[in-house]
Amino acid sequence: MEIQIVVTLFVLFAASRIILQYKNENVSKRALIFWLIIWGIVTGVAFWPNLVDRLARYFGVSRGIDVVVYFGLVALFYMIYRAYIKIEHLERDITKIVRSIALKDLDKKE
Amino acid sequence: MEKVFIIIPAYNEEKTLGGVLESLKKGGYHNLLVVNDGSRDGTQEVAERHGVIVLRHVMNRGLGGALGTGLQAAKELKVDIAVTFDADGQHAVEDIRKVLEPIQKGEADVVIGSRLMNPEGMPWFRQLFNYVGNFMTFALFGLWVSDSQSGLRGFSKKALGKIQIRTNHMEVSSEIIREIRVNELRLREVPIRAIYTDYSLSKGQSLFVGVKTLFKLIMHRLMN
Repeated sequence: MEIQIVVTLFVLFAASRIILQYKNENVSKRALIFWLIIWGIVTGVAFWPNLVDRLARYFGVSRGIDVVVYFGLVALFYMIYRAYIKIEHLERDITKIVRSIALKDLDKKE
Repeated sequence: MEKVFIIIPAYNEEKTLGGVLESLKKGGYHNLLVVNDGSRDGTQEVAERHGVIVLRHVMNRGLGGALGTGLQAAKELKVDIAVTFDADGQHAVEDIRKVLEPIQKGEADVVIGSRLMNPEGMPWFRQLFNYVGNFMTFALFGLWVSDSQSGLRGFSKKALGKIQIRTNHMEVSSEIIREIRVNELRLREVPIRAIYTDYSLSKGQSLFVGVKTLFKLIMHRLMN
């Protein structure tokens, strides 16, 4: 029972954060819905662990919690990858700006 | 007489830049273009004192960013041949001639001054690093060159028009190789001398940076 309480409290906290971020227009509606679904799934799993056990059996993994961890890892890696790509694009955009400033007076310099 | 420009990317090179510019002028090269890549030392002042064209990056963008700016400038200035030359004093001015020649004769679009066709004087660990760099460049971009990381390169007008630099850091060296291949440019390698001093050694890629560059190259391959 304790785990359900802890998870619920944490989910409420995390959900309130994302809602607040959405209200302040820091995240898009899509991101809001995405995160609410994620936290909803987390709550669901905490209250009905049998659900993931059934999923685990489907994937041939013995314990439900293992499936959750595996999927969590995959999701994390994917998110890091996405973040990396985003940063790289930002870096390149910054370079474009810096470059155009550097080249601004080129014709006068020659 | 064709218009030849020497591009010198410089980041915190106040100690060596002055000497490099002097020796280039002495060697008869007067169209010098320094890209000051957001240096925090006196690089800007040194370059201005020597009366060369100085392009200033308002913040540090890395070697790729600086080279990209230099090559873009060469394109806008409609130069016939652009040569990139390191600011740390590791290249010999006489070697520029070797890099220019195949382009002047119309035999190549891009010339790389290879330090490894005659690796004398290069510390063995440097040779090993370079070999790994070459191998990865080949594995990812499919073109084998003996010195993919060399800083002394020549570009014809045609090459300047085609090559697009997107990366910001050390991975630019491999990106240039990629661009040569994708744009079907004619590449020539010529042997050059590398002047290794403690200073120029300290400026190269450390193992850590090397690994980071490798990672970026793989990501770059996945992105495009």
